[in-house]
Amino acid sequence: MEILFLIISVFTVITAVTAVAVKDRVVSVLAGGATGLFASILFVIMAAPDVAMTEAAIGSGLTTFIFFFALRKIRRNDQDHSNGVSEETHRSRDNG
Amino acid sequence: MIRIIPTEFLKKLTGVETMVKKAFTFLMLGGLGAILLKFILSFSEKTALPEVAAHYIEKGPSELGSANIVTSVVVTYRGLDTLGEVTILFAAAAVVGLLIHLNRNENAVRREGSELLKTASVLLFPLILLFGAYVFINGHLSPGGGFQGGAIIASAVVLTVLASPNRKIGHTVLSVIESLSGLFYVGLGMAGAVLAVNGFLDNRIIPLGEFGSLFSAGLIPIIYTVIGLKVGSELSSVVITLNGETVEEDD
Repeated sequence: MEILFLIISVFTVITAVTAVAVKDRVVSVLAGGATGLFASILFVIMAAPDVAMTEAAIGSGLTTFIFFFALRKIRRNDQDHSNGVSEETHRSRDNG
Repeated sequence: MIRIIPTEFLKKLTGVETMVKKAFTFLMLGGLGAILLKFILSFSEKTALPEVAAHYIEKGPSELGSANIVTSVVVTYRGLDTLGEVTILFAAAAVVGLLIHLNRNENAVRREGSELLKTASVLLFPLILLFGAYVFINGHLSPGGGFQGGAIIASAVVLTVLASPNRKIGHTVLSVIESLSGLFYVGLGMAGAVLAVNGFLDNRIIPLGEFGSLFSAGLIPIIYTVIGLKVGSELSSVVITLNGETVEEDD
Protein backbone atom coordinates (compact mmCIF):
# COMPACT_ATOMS: atom_id res chain seq x y z
CA MET A 1 0.00 0.00 0.00
CA GLU A 2 2.91 2.30 0.83
CA ILE A 3 4.40 1.74 -2.65
CA LEU A 4 1.06 2.39 -4.37
CA PHE A 5 0.64 5.56 -2.33
CA LEU A 6 4.10 6.81 -3.36
CA ILE A 7 3.57 6.01 -7.04
CA ILE A 8 0.24 7.83 -7.16
CA SER A 9 1.67 10.77 -5.21
CA VAL A 10 4.44 11.09 -7.81
CA PHE A 11 1.86 10.96 -10.61
CA THR A 12 -0.18 13.66 -8.87
CA VAL A 13 2.84 15.96 -8.68
CA ILE A 14 3.87 15.23 -12.28
CA THR A 15 0.40 16.01 -13.69
CA ALA A 16 0.14 19.13 -11.52
CA VAL A 17 3.48 20.46 -12.79
CA THR A 18 2.46 19.56 -16.36
CA ALA A 19 -0.75 21.54 -15.98
CA VAL A 20 1.23 24.65 -15.07
CA ALA A 21 4.25 24.23 -17.31
CA VAL A 22 2.81 23.05 -20.63
CA LYS A 23 2.06 25.67 -23.34
CA ASP A 24 -0.91 23.91 -24.97
CA ARG A 25 -4.13 24.92 -23.19
CA VAL A 26 -5.98 21.68 -23.92
CA VAL A 27 -3.15 19.55 -22.50
CA SER A 28 -2.99 21.85 -19.49
CA VAL A 29 -6.71 21.44 -18.72
CA LEU A 30 -6.53 17.68 -19.17
CA ALA A 31 -3.50 17.49 -16.89
CA GLY A 32 -5.44 19.47 -14.28
CA GLY A 33 -8.25 16.94 -14.51
CA ALA A 34 -5.79 14.07 -14.16
CA THR A 35 -4.35 15.69 -11.04
CA GLY A 36 -7.83 15.68 -9.52
CA LEU A 37 -8.31 12.03 -10.45
CA PHE A 38 -5.01 10.95 -8.87
CA ALA A 39 -5.74 13.06 -5.80
CA SER A 40 -9.09 11.31 -5.41
CA ILE A 41 -7.30 7.92 -5.47
CA LEU A 42 -4.99 9.24 -2.74
CA PHE A 43 -8.05 10.20 -0.69
CA VAL A 44 -9.44 6.67 -1.01
CA ILE A 45 -6.12 5.20 0.16
CA MET A 46 -6.12 7.60 3.10
CA ALA A 47 -9.62 6.32 4.07
CA ALA A 48 -11.56 9.45 3.09
CA PRO A 49 -14.06 8.08 0.52
CA ASP A 50 -16.46 11.00 1.02
CA VAL A 51 -13.84 13.53 -0.03
CA ALA A 52 -12.67 11.24 -2.83
CA MET A 53 -16.14 11.14 -4.39
CA THR A 54 -16.42 14.92 -4.37
CA GLU A 55 -12.92 15.32 -5.81
CA ALA A 56 -13.54 12.78 -8.58
CA ALA A 57 -16.91 14.24 -9.60
CA ILE A 58 -16.22 17.95 -9.24
CA GLY A 59 -12.42 18.30 -9.19
CA SER A 60 -11.70 16.15 -12.20
CA GLY A 61 -15.07 15.94 -13.96
CA LEU A 62 -17.09 19.14 -13.89
CA THR A 63 -14.12 21.51 -13.59
CA THR A 64 -12.46 20.08 -16.70
CA PHE A 65 -15.74 20.37 -18.57
CA ILE A 66 -16.23 24.01 -17.57
CA PHE A 67 -12.62 24.80 -18.55
CA PHE A 68 -13.33 23.40 -22.01
CA PHE A 69 -16.34 25.70 -22.35
CA ALA A 70 -14.09 28.62 -21.47
CA LEU A 71 -11.45 27.42 -23.94
CA ARG A 72 -14.03 27.27 -26.72
CA LYS A 73 -14.95 30.88 -26.04
CA ILE A 74 -11.31 32.01 -25.94
CA ARG A 75 -10.56 30.29 -29.24
CA ARG A 76 -13.54 31.86 -30.97
CA ASN A 77 -12.46 35.28 -29.72
CA ASP A 78 -8.94 34.66 -30.98
CA GLN A 79 -10.30 33.93 -34.45
CA ASP A 80 -12.78 36.78 -34.49
CA HIS A 81 -10.35 39.44 -33.39
CA SER A 82 -7.66 38.77 -35.93
CA ASN A 83 -6.90 42.48 -35.87
CA GLY A 84 -6.53 42.23 -32.09
CA VAL A 85 -4.07 40.03 -30.30
CA SER A 86 -4.49 36.45 -31.47
CA GLU A 87 -3.12 33.33 -29.86
CA GLU A 88 -0.34 33.04 -32.45
CA THR A 89 1.05 36.52 -31.90
CA HIS A 90 0.76 35.92 -28.18
CA ARG A 91 2.93 32.84 -28.54
CA SER A 92 5.53 34.41 -30.81
CA ARG A 93 5.86 37.30 -28.37
CA ASP A 94 6.37 34.85 -25.57
CA ASN A 95 9.11 33.08 -27.46
CA GLY A 96 10.86 36.09 -28.89
CA MET B 1 -16.63 40.93 -20.72
CA ILE B 2 -12.97 40.93 -21.60
CA ARG B 3 -12.67 40.14 -25.28
CA ILE B 4 -9.12 41.15 -26.06
CA ILE B 5 -6.14 40.99 -23.73
CA PRO B 6 -4.87 44.55 -23.19
CA THR B 7 -1.63 44.96 -25.10
CA GLU B 8 0.35 46.24 -22.13
CA PHE B 9 0.11 42.75 -20.60
CA LEU B 10 1.76 41.26 -23.67
CA LYS B 11 4.48 43.87 -24.07
CA LYS B 12 7.93 42.35 -24.14
CA LEU B 13 9.77 43.14 -20.97
CA THR B 14 13.25 44.63 -21.04
CA GLY B 15 16.15 42.79 -19.42
CA VAL B 16 16.06 44.75 -16.18
CA GLU B 17 12.28 44.40 -15.87
CA THR B 18 12.54 40.64 -16.28
CA MET B 19 15.23 40.51 -13.60
CA VAL B 20 13.10 42.51 -11.16
CA LYS B 21 10.06 40.35 -11.94
CA LYS B 22 12.02 37.16 -11.31
CA ALA B 23 13.54 38.56 -8.11
CA PHE B 24 10.05 39.35 -6.81
CA THR B 25 8.85 35.85 -7.68
CA PHE B 26 11.71 34.25 -5.77
CA LEU B 27 11.19 36.63 -2.85
CA MET B 28 7.52 35.61 -2.63
CA LEU B 29 8.37 31.92 -2.89
CA GLY B 30 11.07 32.27 -0.25
CA GLY B 31 8.69 34.03 2.11
CA LEU B 32 6.04 31.35 1.63
CA GLY B 33 8.67 28.66 2.19
CA ALA B 34 9.83 30.31 5.42
CA ILE B 35 6.26 30.40 6.72
CA LEU B 36 5.61 26.76 5.86
CA LEU B 37 9.01 25.62 7.17
CA LYS B 38 7.89 26.50 10.69
CA PHE B 39 4.96 24.09 10.40
CA ILE B 40 7.09 21.31 8.93
CA LEU B 41 9.70 21.58 11.69
CA SER B 42 7.08 21.54 14.45
CA PHE B 43 5.11 18.67 12.91
CA SER B 44 4.48 15.67 15.07
CA GLU B 45 2.03 12.89 14.37
CA LYS B 46 -1.07 13.07 16.53
CA THR B 47 -1.60 10.03 18.71
CA ALA B 48 -4.92 11.03 20.27
CA LEU B 49 -8.04 12.66 18.87
CA PRO B 50 -8.89 16.23 19.81
CA GLU B 51 -11.77 16.51 22.27
CA VAL B 52 -14.42 17.48 19.71
CA ALA B 53 -13.46 14.70 17.28
CA ALA B 54 -13.48 12.17 20.08
CA HIS B 55 -17.01 13.25 20.98
CA TYR B 56 -18.16 12.93 17.35
CA ILE B 57 -16.74 9.42 17.06
CA GLU B 58 -17.76 8.05 20.45
CA LYS B 59 -21.15 9.69 20.90
CA GLY B 60 -22.10 10.40 17.28
CA PRO B 61 -23.69 7.06 16.35
CA SER B 62 -25.70 6.76 19.58
CA GLU B 63 -26.70 10.44 19.64
CA LEU B 64 -27.77 10.91 16.03
CA GLY B 65 -28.19 7.31 14.80
CA SER B 66 -26.10 7.81 11.66
CA ALA B 67 -23.74 4.98 10.72
CA ASN B 68 -21.55 7.34 8.68
CA ILE B 69 -19.87 9.67 11.16
CA VAL B 70 -18.80 12.07 8.41
CA THR B 71 -22.47 12.52 7.55
CA SER B 72 -23.49 13.17 11.14
CA VAL B 73 -20.81 15.88 11.34
CA VAL B 74 -21.66 17.43 7.97
CA VAL B 75 -25.45 17.43 8.31
CA THR B 76 -26.05 17.90 12.02
CA TYR B 77 -23.07 18.87 14.17
CA ARG B 78 -21.77 21.24 11.49
CA GLY B 79 -25.08 21.68 9.69
CA LEU B 80 -24.82 25.46 9.62
CA ASP B 81 -21.57 25.21 7.60
CA THR B 82 -23.33 22.98 5.09
CA LEU B 83 -26.16 25.47 4.78
CA GLY B 84 -23.52 28.12 4.09
CA GLU B 85 -21.91 25.97 1.40
CA VAL B 86 -25.24 25.39 -0.29
CA THR B 87 -25.89 29.13 -0.20
CA ILE B 88 -22.50 29.87 -1.79
CA LEU B 89 -23.19 27.34 -4.52
CA PHE B 90 -26.59 28.93 -5.11
CA ALA B 91 -25.02 32.39 -5.42
CA ALA B 92 -22.39 31.08 -7.84
CA ALA B 93 -25.00 29.37 -10.02
CA ALA B 94 -27.19 32.48 -10.00
CA VAL B 95 -24.31 34.74 -11.07
CA VAL B 96 -23.23 32.37 -13.84
CA GLY B 97 -26.81 32.31 -15.06
CA LEU B 98 -27.10 36.09 -14.96
CA LEU B 99 -23.80 36.83 -16.75
CA ILE B 100 -24.27 34.22 -19.43
CA HIS B 101 -27.93 35.03 -20.00
CA LEU B 102 -26.98 38.47 -21.30
CA ASN B 103 -24.75 36.87 -23.88
CA ARG B 104 -27.00 34.08 -25.10
CA ASN B 105 -27.79 33.01 -28.61
CA GLU B 106 -30.77 30.67 -28.90
CA ASN B 107 -30.24 29.80 -32.55
CA ALA B 108 -26.60 28.75 -32.52
CA VAL B 109 -26.08 25.31 -34.04
CA ARG B 110 -23.36 23.05 -32.66
CA ARG B 111 -21.77 19.94 -34.02
CA GLU B 112 -23.63 16.90 -32.65
CA GLY B 113 -21.79 14.24 -30.67
CA SER B 114 -20.82 11.02 -32.39
CA GLU B 115 -23.30 8.17 -32.78
CA LEU B 116 -21.45 6.17 -30.10
CA LEU B 117 -21.62 9.01 -27.59
CA LYS B 118 -25.30 9.65 -28.32
CA THR B 119 -26.34 6.01 -27.93
CA ALA B 120 -24.24 5.59 -24.80
CA SER B 121 -25.61 8.76 -23.23
CA VAL B 122 -29.22 7.64 -23.77
CA LEU B 123 -28.37 4.32 -22.13
CA LEU B 124 -26.29 5.71 -19.27
CA PHE B 125 -28.25 8.84 -18.36
CA PRO B 126 -30.94 7.11 -16.24
CA LEU B 127 -28.38 4.79 -14.65
CA ILE B 128 -26.10 7.65 -13.57
CA LEU B 129 -29.14 9.56 -12.32
CA LEU B 130 -30.21 6.54 -10.28
CA PHE B 131 -26.70 6.14 -8.87
CA GLY B 132 -26.67 9.79 -7.82
CA ALA B 133 -29.98 9.31 -6.04
CA TYR B 134 -28.64 6.15 -4.39
CA VAL B 135 -25.57 8.02 -3.14
CA PHE B 136 -27.53 10.81 -1.47
CA ILE B 137 -30.30 8.63 -0.06
CA ASN B 138 -27.71 6.33 1.53
CA GLY B 139 -25.58 9.22 2.77
CA HIS B 140 -26.05 8.24 6.41
CA LEU B 141 -25.06 4.61 5.78
CA SER B 142 -22.30 4.61 3.17
CA PRO B 143 -19.71 7.11 1.91
CA GLY B 144 -21.16 9.99 -0.03
CA GLY B 145 -24.09 12.30 0.51
CA GLY B 146 -25.94 15.26 -0.90
CA PHE B 147 -23.00 17.03 -2.53
CA GLN B 148 -21.53 13.88 -4.04
CA GLY B 149 -24.90 12.64 -5.27
CA GLY B 150 -25.69 16.05 -6.73
CA ALA B 151 -22.36 16.15 -8.55
CA ILE B 152 -23.00 12.68 -9.98
CA ILE B 153 -26.42 13.81 -11.23
CA ALA B 154 -24.80 16.86 -12.82
CA SER B 155 -22.26 14.62 -14.57
CA ALA B 156 -25.18 12.74 -16.15
CA VAL B 157 -26.42 16.08 -17.48
CA VAL B 158 -22.89 16.85 -18.76
CA LEU B 159 -22.95 13.61 -20.73
CA THR B 160 -26.29 14.49 -22.33
CA VAL B 161 -25.14 18.01 -23.15
CA LEU B 162 -21.96 16.69 -24.77
CA ALA B 163 -23.86 14.12 -26.81
CA SER B 164 -26.56 16.44 -28.13
CA PRO B 165 -25.53 20.06 -27.58
CA ASN B 166 -28.43 21.43 -29.65
CA ARG B 167 -31.16 19.97 -27.49
CA LYS B 168 -33.06 22.67 -25.65
CA ILE B 169 -33.32 21.88 -21.97
CA GLY B 170 -35.78 23.99 -20.01
CA HIS B 171 -34.63 25.83 -16.93
CA THR B 172 -38.07 26.04 -15.36
CA VAL B 173 -38.19 22.58 -13.81
CA LEU B 174 -34.61 22.88 -12.57
CA SER B 175 -35.21 26.24 -10.91
CA VAL B 176 -38.45 25.03 -9.33
CA ILE B 177 -36.69 21.96 -7.87
CA GLU B 178 -33.81 24.12 -6.69
CA SER B 179 -35.98 26.74 -5.00
CA LEU B 180 -38.30 24.21 -3.38
CA SER B 181 -35.46 22.10 -1.99
CA GLY B 182 -33.67 25.19 -0.71
CA LEU B 183 -36.83 26.34 1.06
CA PHE B 184 -37.43 22.86 2.41
CA TYR B 185 -33.88 22.64 3.77
CA VAL B 186 -34.13 25.91 5.65
CA GLY B 187 -37.64 24.95 6.77
CA LEU B 188 -36.40 21.67 8.25
CA GLY B 189 -33.62 23.54 10.01
CA MET B 190 -36.08 26.01 11.48
CA ALA B 191 -38.34 23.14 12.55
CA GLY B 192 -35.35 21.78 14.48
CA ALA B 193 -34.87 25.15 16.13
CA VAL B 194 -38.53 25.30 17.15
CA LEU B 195 -39.23 21.71 18.15
CA ALA B 196 -36.01 20.16 19.45
CA VAL B 197 -33.85 20.90 22.43
CA ASN B 198 -30.63 21.16 20.47
CA GLY B 199 -31.66 23.88 18.10
CA PHE B 200 -31.19 24.64 14.43
CA LEU B 201 -30.90 21.61 12.09
CA ASP B 202 -31.35 19.03 14.84
CA ASN B 203 -32.20 15.71 13.21
CA ARG B 204 -34.02 14.23 16.19
CA ILE B 205 -37.40 15.87 15.69
CA ILE B 206 -38.59 12.60 14.12
CA PRO B 207 -37.77 9.15 15.59
CA LEU B 208 -34.21 7.94 14.93
CA GLY B 209 -35.33 4.46 13.86
CA GLU B 210 -33.22 1.34 13.81
CA PHE B 211 -29.47 2.04 13.57
CA GLY B 212 -28.07 1.13 10.15
CA SER B 213 -31.36 0.80 8.26
CA LEU B 214 -32.36 3.04 5.35
CA PHE B 215 -35.04 4.89 7.30
CA SER B 216 -32.96 5.86 10.30
CA ALA B 217 -30.96 8.78 11.67
CA GLY B 218 -34.01 11.03 11.91
CA LEU B 219 -33.95 13.94 9.48
CA ILE B 220 -30.50 13.18 8.01
CA PRO B 221 -31.68 11.20 4.94
CA ILE B 222 -34.38 13.78 4.24
CA ILE B 223 -31.94 16.69 4.52
CA TYR B 224 -29.40 14.89 2.35
CA THR B 225 -32.05 14.17 -0.29
CA VAL B 226 -32.96 17.85 -0.33
CA ILE B 227 -29.29 18.87 -0.56
CA GLY B 228 -28.71 16.32 -3.33
CA LEU B 229 -31.63 17.67 -5.38
CA LYS B 230 -30.49 21.23 -4.80
CA VAL B 231 -26.83 20.67 -5.68
CA GLY B 232 -27.75 18.47 -8.64
CA SER B 233 -30.13 21.02 -10.13
CA GLU B 234 -27.73 23.92 -9.46
CA LEU B 235 -24.70 22.29 -11.10
CA SER B 236 -26.87 21.02 -13.97
CA SER B 237 -28.23 24.49 -14.63
CA VAL B 238 -24.68 25.90 -14.62
CA VAL B 239 -23.67 23.32 -17.22
CA ILE B 240 -26.76 23.90 -19.36
CA THR B 241 -26.30 27.68 -19.18
CA LEU B 242 -22.65 27.42 -20.19
CA ASN B 243 -23.62 25.22 -23.12
CA GLY B 244 -26.23 27.71 -24.32
CA GLU B 245 -23.72 30.53 -24.07
CA THR B 246 -22.29 31.97 -27.27
CA VAL B 247 -20.74 35.20 -28.42
CA GLU B 248 -22.70 37.45 -30.77
CA GLU B 249 -20.33 36.78 -33.67
CA ASP B 250 -21.49 33.19 -33.76
CA ASP B 251 -24.52 33.73 -36.08
